[in-house]
Amino acid sequence: MKFTFTGDKPIYLEIAQQLEDAIFTGVYPEETQIPSTTELSVSLQINPATVLKGMNILVDEDIIYKKRGLGMFVKTGAVGKITDKRKKSFYASFIKPLLIEAEKLNLSEDEILNLIKGENKK
Amino acid sequence: MSIEIKNVSKKYGKNEALKDVFLELCENRIYGLLGRNGAGKSTLLKIIANRIPLTSGEVLVNGFDCYENNRAQSFVFLMNDENTYPETMTVKEAMYWTKKFYPEADIQKGERLAKQFSLDLKKRFRSLSTGYRTAAKYILAIMSNAEYTLLDEPVLGLDAGHRELLYKTLIEEYADSQRTFVIATHIIEEVSNVIEQVIVIEKGRVIENDSAENLMLSGYSVSGSEKEVDLFIKDKNVISTEKIGSVKVAYILGKQGNIGNIGDLEIAPLSLQKLFVRLTEGKGE
Repeated sequence: MKFTFTGDKPIYLEIAQQLEDAIFTGVYPEETQIPSTTELSVSLQINPATVLKGMNILVDEDIIYKKRGLGMFVKTGAVGKITDKRKKSFYASFIKPLLIEAEKLNLSEDEILNLIKGENKK
Repeated sequence: MSIEIKNVSKKYGKNEALKDVFLELCENRIYGLLGRNGAGKSTLLKIIANRIPLTSGEVLVNGFDCYENNRAQSFVFLMNDENTYPETMTVKEAMYWTKKFYPEADIQKGERLAKQFSLDLKKRFRSLSTGYRTAAKYILAIMSNAEYTLLDEPVLGLDAGHRELLYKTLIEEYADSQRTFVIATHIIEEVSNVIEQVIVIEKGRVIENDSAENLMLSGYSVSGSEKEVDLFIKDKNVISTEKIGSVKVAYILGKQGNIGNIGDLEIAPLSLQKLFVRLTEGKGE
């Protein structure tokens, strides 16, 4: 169910997630620089402290690192780390909601499997 | 270095606009001063900037008493809806005079901002529209380089494009300087991501003074089918509920670690606006 009156999560988490997504999809390749805290906070109109907090999540996860005096860079192996993390959460993020919806629709296991296979043949 | 507001009260005749206000405004922060109409936001800012005297208590700016004190006031710039500039003065002249009162002021910065806002420096204040008058005052506030810059309803009359430009340039200035900004407003949604510390004033008293992040963690919303929501909120401190068709949303006070979904229920953080309305419910003038 999608029905939200407010943001889905705190802003700093959204920033971390959007940056992670950009790294994962290759917008910022490994060992290249990502936008600075100031650039991001100005363009998103968000307090720099909030942006920094979001970035620090990725620093803690070893996805980006700080080059002294230069800025934040994407770490070698970052894409692999994100892939692993997303694989681990694939069941909870995608399969589980799929099964919940399928149950509401009274879809049998075979019907679901057929839909997945049909989708793959495209 | 900070502004210390100690036990400040202000009476207009019998009407008490501020009551025993204690606050400290620290350096290099962006504060949001929130309150309903008539709560005392503008009065507090005017006292700090020595536009009006206080009834009792004291305000120290970097250790200097703010009252009739040029030293203290050289650290403070207040932008509000008062027309303090002579109507026949041009924006360029106002920049010149700002530099006279604030030696650290940067006229080039002012000119750069004026260009961004498409503000004609040769225009006189009397010929500026409400929006451009606001833009001109904001630009003077930023170029002053004052350590404590107080912005009372800084987006008054600005169109959407100029409001966005104002927040962008404000963050830019904040990121490259060590300045403190205080934004008094009741348009909370727009500033909620910009401010880091929230001060809520209600009927002349400070009722909340916390980081925006902590405040937003102090409540959450839960939405889903009426039956499930009702079951979930049975033992919770509910602020209010809304119903749209068969979906019910409840706003709850208290900590909730699990943002996301619990079964069919969706848990989301509360917006600052919602919390603010809860904190000051029915207390406006």
